[in-house]
Amino acid sequence: MNITAEIWTKIGSISDIPQRGARRVKYGAVVIAIFRTFDDRIFALEDVCTNCDGPISQGIVGDASVACPICNWEISLETGEAMGADVGQVATYPVRLEGGILQISLSPAAKAA
Amino acid sequence: MSKKLVIVGNGMAPGRMLEYLFEADRDAYEVTIFNAEPRVNYNRLMLSPVLSGEKSYEDIITHGDAWYAEHNVTLHKGAKVTKIDRDAKTVTSEAGITASYDKLVIATGSSPFIIPIPGHNLNGVMVYRDLDDVEGMLNAAKGGGRAIVIGGGLLGLEAAAGLKEQGMDVTVLHLMPTLMERQMDEASGHLLKQAIQARGIDVLTEANSKAIIEKDGRVGGIELEDGTVIEASIVVMAVGIRPAMGLAKEIGIECNRGVLVDDQMVTSDPDVYALGECAEHRGLCYGLVAPLYEMGKVLADHLLQGNTEYHGSVTATKLKVTGIDLYSAGDFAEGEDREEIVLRDATAGVYKRLVLKDEKIIGAVLYGETADGPWFFDMLKKGTDVSEMRETLIFGPAFQGGAPLDPMEAVAALPDDAEICGCNGICKSTITNSITELGLTSLDEVRAHTKASASCGTCSNLVGNLLQLTLGDSYNPDAVTPVCGCTDHGHEVVRQAIKQKRLKTIPEVLQALEWKSSTGCAKCRPALNYYLVAEWPGEYEDDYQSRFINERVHANIQKDGTYSVVPRMWGGVTNAAELRAIADVVDKFDIPSVKMTGGQRIDLLGIQKEDLLGVWEDLGKVGFVSGQAYAKGLRTVKTCVGSDWCRFGTQDSTGLGIKIEKFTWGAWTPAKLKLAVSGCPRNCSEATCKDIGIICVQAGYEIHFGGAAGLDIKGTEVLGLVETEEAVMEHVVALIQLYREEGHYLERIYKWCKRRGFDTIRTLIMEDGDLRKALYERFVYSQKFAQVDPWSERVSGKDKHEFNPMAVLEREAAE
Repeated sequence: MNITAEIWTKIGSISDIPQRGARRVKYGAVVIAIFRTFDDRIFALEDVCTNCDGPISQGIVGDASVACPICNWEISLETGEAMGADVGQVATYPVRLEGGILQISLSPAAKAA
Repeated sequence: MSKKLVIVGNGMAPGRMLEYLFEADRDAYEVTIFNAEPRVNYNRLMLSPVLSGEKSYEDIITHGDAWYAEHNVTLHKGAKVTKIDRDAKTVTSEAGITASYDKLVIATGSSPFIIPIPGHNLNGVMVYRDLDDVEGMLNAAKGGGRAIVIGGGLLGLEAAAGLKEQGMDVTVLHLMPTLMERQMDEASGHLLKQAIQARGIDVLTEANSKAIIEKDGRVGGIELEDGTVIEASIVVMAVGIRPAMGLAKEIGIECNRGVLVDDQMVTSDPDVYALGECAEHRGLCYGLVAPLYEMGKVLADHLLQGNTEYHGSVTATKLKVTGIDLYSAGDFAEGEDREEIVLRDATAGVYKRLVLKDEKIIGAVLYGETADGPWFFDMLKKGTDVSEMRETLIFGPAFQGGAPLDPMEAVAALPDDAEICGCNGICKSTITNSITELGLTSLDEVRAHTKASASCGTCSNLVGNLLQLTLGDSYNPDAVTPVCGCTDHGHEVVRQAIKQKRLKTIPEVLQALEWKSSTGCAKCRPALNYYLVAEWPGEYEDDYQSRFINERVHANIQKDGTYSVVPRMWGGVTNAAELRAIADVVDKFDIPSVKMTGGQRIDLLGIQKEDLLGVWEDLGKVGFVSGQAYAKGLRTVKTCVGSDWCRFGTQDSTGLGIKIEKFTWGAWTPAKLKLAVSGCPRNCSEATCKDIGIICVQAGYEIHFGGAAGLDIKGTEVLGLVETEEAVMEHVVALIQLYREEGHYLERIYKWCKRRGFDTIRTLIMEDGDLRKALYERFVYSQKFAQVDPWSERVSGKDKHEFNPMAVLEREAAE
């Protein structure tokens, strides 16, 4: 059993991330990519492409997806899953916005396969 | 173990034979080909479109090098066979390459006939047979002047039309009273003559050449039997072909007009076959492609122990001169047992003639309107009795069923076994079945799978109609490839809309063109960003989030997520201070790899993203700016040492290269742009495979364009010769600007040239001085905003967020 209360950690403000862009958060050896879409939705995914381990934080951000800069796979920001005909899962983390301040929960919501 | 098959000759007949053979059994034979021409297999029927400039050599290749490799075929290019030993079963080339065989195929084709009149071996007398001939004619055409074509047959007229297209004055000399007298009667021959003359080509019939006149050691003109003298700079002989059977004769194989073969293409030696134009079958030699393909099919089957037989062919021909419709099939000599039906409409320029024998069609000539050709040809081949429809036969299929048919209904009405593609012997049902069974949706796919319309291409319309018929409205012949999945529009429409509707931001474009996604994707956004940068310099604010990471952080991302940095070395020239700075940076930041690039610069690989700013700051202190090795923009101008140091150098190639690079750096282009300047024709900077290249010569500077040495390999074409460095700059810059304005995103210069036409671009840049100056000015204006070093900008604080993490959390923080 793994019961933990969700602990929210402050990582910065929404204005730190460009729209249709991403910033990285380093958590020990883990790198988490924080994405901001054109309509100001925020997503947190592990910064590792499910196909090639590439840093997806460096990709071009679409409506609610990001294209891996190394292999061009399209990853859903909402689920962390590979889109189209590809199959794979990137770990996702819960994020929330409290008065312009971004907070992250560091236990993954979806784990990478 | 597989048997050894050696083929002498690499024309269309053996090429097709091998396709049939490999399709049936890939491993039955180990194949070696000796080809006297230094090339792979190409579609000889398409030489006329190459001559007229409608197609390029690349367009007409049927088997590229990869095909030979894939099928394990050894191809000796430029290897003329000089010896065959039938006892030892070996074939030897001029250069001494020997191959042994179990089975030998002689496919030496034919040679053009040269009239042995005085002067026939002067420089400037040409034939029209292979690509070398076409290249020779194209070169000669550059010099302008008059070309004389001897021979008013199919080939002669196609050569004349092509040379005219290339800007030469052309005279056709024909011995007989009417043109193409073997295929046409007097009346249609006359119509044809008028049509040819209307294109500005002079036609002299009953013209008997007496001698070719010499001038300055080469062709100066021609003298006719009646004393007329016509000045000319080249003479093209197109008076017929002779089967090339010298080799077969020499080794004692039975020959007559050609190499004698039986119904399975076997010669008098059971292990030796003859195939194609060099073969004589049942008293006939063929010069058209359809029979050669049929022979190829029979031979492939025989080589695999099959027993199909070749029984000869009935042939149909079409004249491949744009704008002249001519179709002829079968036999139309006059004779007592023959009747004919003729339809003339002088005003419409239509002439149709059918020759009948025993109530069957044995010959057909159609001029001006040839759509019914396949219908007549089908009945001709089948020997259909036409007595029932004689009265209306000449009006075609439209009149046989009552209501007239439109082209689509005419195709629908054809029987399943009607031949659509004469060159490849493909019938209607083969095409329609492939469309449904393989799910084909385009002409190209049908060509790839069935070969229909893949040779001379004249049946493309018929095949298109079949696609339409089979697929209904889901077939769109004008389908363009959309920019990406977010839109149905192609690049052309998008660029037009940006210009005409004055769209100045990405959201405006998405809105105006009804994009299907809210914000675009990784494929369309970089394209739109480029189009806007190129169209509205100084106004459009670059959208960094729509740029690929490399162009966002001004370094090249590597597979492990680190970056590489390439500082600009103008023209590939550096010095001690620069090299020292590089060495220091490598030590300071512990850069794991330092490598020379192909563009004469130094690449520092394996740099962490957080270190990029520090690296740039140190490099900037000695004056380094970004080499933009990541940009869809100007990369490098490669140079040789030129007249400063080299004993062969004719001009200051290094200096010129640096000038060009300093003028053009920073410019965004549709795809990457690489230039080179060579100081002499030895071309040490390899300018002839670059996007744009300059070769310095004594007389000035030869500008080249449209080369490639990556996914594709292609030599450049010459844009023109200019005399001064200033002129080089103006022409090169105008060319780059035209490419910036017209190229599709990610389309390299050579592909743009291919799409737009090398000649068109050449004419625009070389001949339209006003346009050239306007393009030059537009480029200069846009450079005002483009020439900002991105590294120093970022060192002073721009886009800071790109280079640092947003937060660094201790592992314990949440636990």
